[in-house]
Amino acid sequence: MLFDLPILSTLIWTPIIGGLIVLAAGEKRARLISLIVSVLTFILSIPLYTKFDTSTAAMQFPELHSWIPSFNINYQLGVDGISMPLIILTAFTTILVVLSAWEVIKKKPDQYMAAFLIMEGVMIGVFSALDAILFYVFWEAMLIPMFLIIGVWGGPNRVYATIKFFLYTFLGSVLMLVALIYLSIRADGSFSILGFHTLPLSLTEQIFIFAAFLVAFAVKVPMWPVHTWLPDAHVEAPTGGSVILAAIMLKIGGYGFLRFSLPITPDASSELDWLIILMSLVAVVYIGFVALAQEDMKKLIAYSSIAHMGFATLGFFLVFSIIDNTGSWRDAALGMEGGLVQMISHGFISAAMFLGVGVLYDRMHTRNISDYGGVANTMPVFAAFMVFFSMANAGLPGTSGFVGEFMVILDSFKANFWIAFLAATTLILGAAYTLWMVKRVLYGEVANDNVAKLKDMNAREFVIMALLASAVLFFGLYPGPLTEVMHSTVEHLLQHVSVSKI
Amino acid sequence: MIIDMPNLELALPEIFVLGMTCAVLIIDLFLKDKNRIITYLLAQLTLLGAVLITYSQIGSPSTTGFSGSFIRDPMGDILKIFIYVITATVFLYSRDYLRARGQFKGEYYALGLFGVLGMMIMVSAHSFLTVYLGLELLSLSLYSMVALNRDSEVSTEAAMKYFVLGAIASGMLLYGMSMIYGITGSLNVVEIGAYINKNGTSNIILDFGLVFIVVGLAFKLGAVPFHMWVPDIYHGAQTSVTLYIGTAPKIAAFAIIMRILVDGMEALHTDWQQMLTILAVLSLAIGNIVAIAQTNIKRMLAYSTISHVGFLLLGIISARPDGYSASMFYVLVYALMSVGSFGMIILLSRSGFEADTLDDFKGLNERSKWYAFMMLLLMFSMAGVPPTVGFFAKLWVIEAVLNADTDMTWLAITAVLFSVVGAFYYIRLVKIMYFDKPEDDSAITPDVDLKVVISANGILMLALGVYPGALMSICQSVIQ
Repeated sequence: MLFDLPILSTLIWTPIIGGLIVLAAGEKRARLISLIVSVLTFILSIPLYTKFDTSTAAMQFPELHSWIPSFNINYQLGVDGISMPLIILTAFTTILVVLSAWEVIKKKPDQYMAAFLIMEGVMIGVFSALDAILFYVFWEAMLIPMFLIIGVWGGPNRVYATIKFFLYTFLGSVLMLVALIYLSIRADGSFSILGFHTLPLSLTEQIFIFAAFLVAFAVKVPMWPVHTWLPDAHVEAPTGGSVILAAIMLKIGGYGFLRFSLPITPDASSELDWLIILMSLVAVVYIGFVALAQEDMKKLIAYSSIAHMGFATLGFFLVFSIIDNTGSWRDAALGMEGGLVQMISHGFISAAMFLGVGVLYDRMHTRNISDYGGVANTMPVFAAFMVFFSMANAGLPGTSGFVGEFMVILDSFKANFWIAFLAATTLILGAAYTLWMVKRVLYGEVANDNVAKLKDMNAREFVIMALLASAVLFFGLYPGPLTEVMHSTVEHLLQHVSVSKI
Repeated sequence: MIIDMPNLELALPEIFVLGMTCAVLIIDLFLKDKNRIITYLLAQLTLLGAVLITYSQIGSPSTTGFSGSFIRDPMGDILKIFIYVITATVFLYSRDYLRARGQFKGEYYALGLFGVLGMMIMVSAHSFLTVYLGLELLSLSLYSMVALNRDSEVSTEAAMKYFVLGAIASGMLLYGMSMIYGITGSLNVVEIGAYINKNGTSNIILDFGLVFIVVGLAFKLGAVPFHMWVPDIYHGAQTSVTLYIGTAPKIAAFAIIMRILVDGMEALHTDWQQMLTILAVLSLAIGNIVAIAQTNIKRMLAYSTISHVGFLLLGIISARPDGYSASMFYVLVYALMSVGSFGMIILLSRSGFEADTLDDFKGLNERSKWYAFMMLLLMFSMAGVPPTVGFFAKLWVIEAVLNADTDMTWLAITAVLFSVVGAFYYIRLVKIMYFDKPEDDSAITPDVDLKVVISANGILMLALGVYPGALMSICQSVIQ
């Protein structure tokens, strides 16, 4: 009776237990078992979509068990239109990560695969937890495998990068812990996140709690000016680590804003929305220029990730000024859905870009743009894919990168012309830094002997890229399935935040 | 004259341990070196017997005896059982270590058991006199244990320092007790409490007495600014002795804080709250920051102990039963983490080689991925990263602080921020184990029992982290 299984728990624990099995099975069988486990998890995640009820904003597939009774902490799970797509994205991306590591990781492949599988389970846990402490446990537990992945399999400066990554995110999240405990004391000992949503709080309380959440989520997203850990972590991480970081971990920050900041502290969010908008615009414009100046391909994509995530946060926090201006939830919903679509689409595109760089790095062992040139001559298939993903990264219509950006820019006109103007610069900047990189790496004369000796992608790499390309194209041409599942949840969230909690 | 026969059944575990310890001492005299294992087994048997006796008393209501100077209550029972189990683990971990150094002598076990007796008396103390008796019995055992390795200059120096500073601390404590006695005319904690409740708290001598008592307790706990002995003694003593000092005595120290400050002088809580707040903040700051600079892992763990003492005090500062339970949970978890971490040092040491610098852990993952994983769990637990149990220990004390009657949010924020500082040196050790290349490829070949127990110790960090509910509700139920 497969369908009687508690689906969310199955999704959390299958990869975690699978990871432990991989550890026990040893190096020889690690790859195959990991692939089976990750594909199985993805298959198990499909019912989340097919059986999802798009007409309601309530939490679906709920599970509730008492975990620590003396503390009133429950093992409570459930998903809505915001978290469900992110869970499927997580399951999908993990398959790619396992595939991408197939021949490349020679050092302790069993530990590498196990770390990713365990992290997959933990990340699904983050997206489905409805108890604040359960959420926090998953949120922090995520750091341990990532810390090891960057530190063990990373580049030359990996120790610095991974410790910076760990401490930055740890520092961000401890204040959130204090805020969560404070909320539970206000809520008479309950740690239910949905309970926090309806808890009345004074404006001062809200502002402090909002600030604590902001530190945690802004570090995770990451937003300017607390983004400095990300380029280091990305550059040093192995390809799989970069993919998971960009595709999933950054989304957890954005998810946090939607699940915690906005519904728990709506008044503070409304008071301080200018701050987030400002930080997002700085991310879009300033980080866009920073990306232009990068010499290292991974660093460039890392900065481009920060700029793209700026769009997501911009979309989330535009809602207050739009409601003020037009009084319409529908208009506000467009921006928020745009931000969400941007998150999902960035998950595909950034994963593809990092995997692409990984393909080159595996052959050349350098990420410097100046070491390349004319790769298209020796790797035509790869070049085709890279150009496609670069176009998507720059927001070309017809790719998923366009949909989210367009929705957010369109909506920001309703808030303020200058916000829209600044946000729209990304269309130029994004195209500039991505396409300039493409030009320098792929086109032109064959730059050196190393490039001349390059072999095109093998079947495994082709499958990975093809999967991602079809996802990017599909959601670019037909974003309906994605926005459809978000619709009721976003509408409900907007109604919720427009009511004061004071 | 009629002399009431005291209710000896109350002190049955203490009497049993005392009798057995004397027996161990005498039997050991007649043993040849090759049969020394018998001493070890007898010591473990003593602890096992004590566990059984104390376990059989669990559940019965708390009773006082010996003219009110001794108490047997559920909190004491739980603390004692943890003391036995932790000490038994200590004995097990240190057996091969001592043997490899030609130190496998009966004295270590006899003194260790006397120390256990001292701790039991501290846990059950219900008057200042019993507190002092237990404390001195423990301290004297510890002084001699540090000095056991008498050919080592470092150990002798450490023992001397420990003795002098410990004596000063005992003096402070005694001085404070005498002042309180002068005012209240009693040594019994309940009578002292009743006197303070009746006659009010505004009495300068009472306050002075309290200050001296807190100073004495802070010395024994190793809270800043009375912490100077901790790193030197942890470092100077043999690892087998550091293991002992760093674990079970903290449980006993928690017990006497409960007996003196909470049972005896809760009415003065606004006074001792302020004093403990200063101690806690300083301990968190100094402990965590100075630990970063250490290259010797025993010194690093010593400073980490100091910071954990800061956390432990937070629960007591909240001055609520919930907070006391949180502190109790913290100290029990701390003892388990600490015994595991020192146990790992012992595991990596061999004859003629002490694995006590951070570099000795280099590349442990390449040498043994299992032990590296165990140490990883212990370190993340110390740092308070979920899903290990260290997280729930910190969670609970922070909740207690936020729940306190006076607004102490700043204290909670200070505590979590310093725990981030602390995370740095714990994850640095993880970095050393996982990211660095090993300098020393010798295989790690512990005996089966050591292997099993240290694995259980590491797994326990995770198991209790996934399911902390049971231990939490025990801590909650024994302190109403």
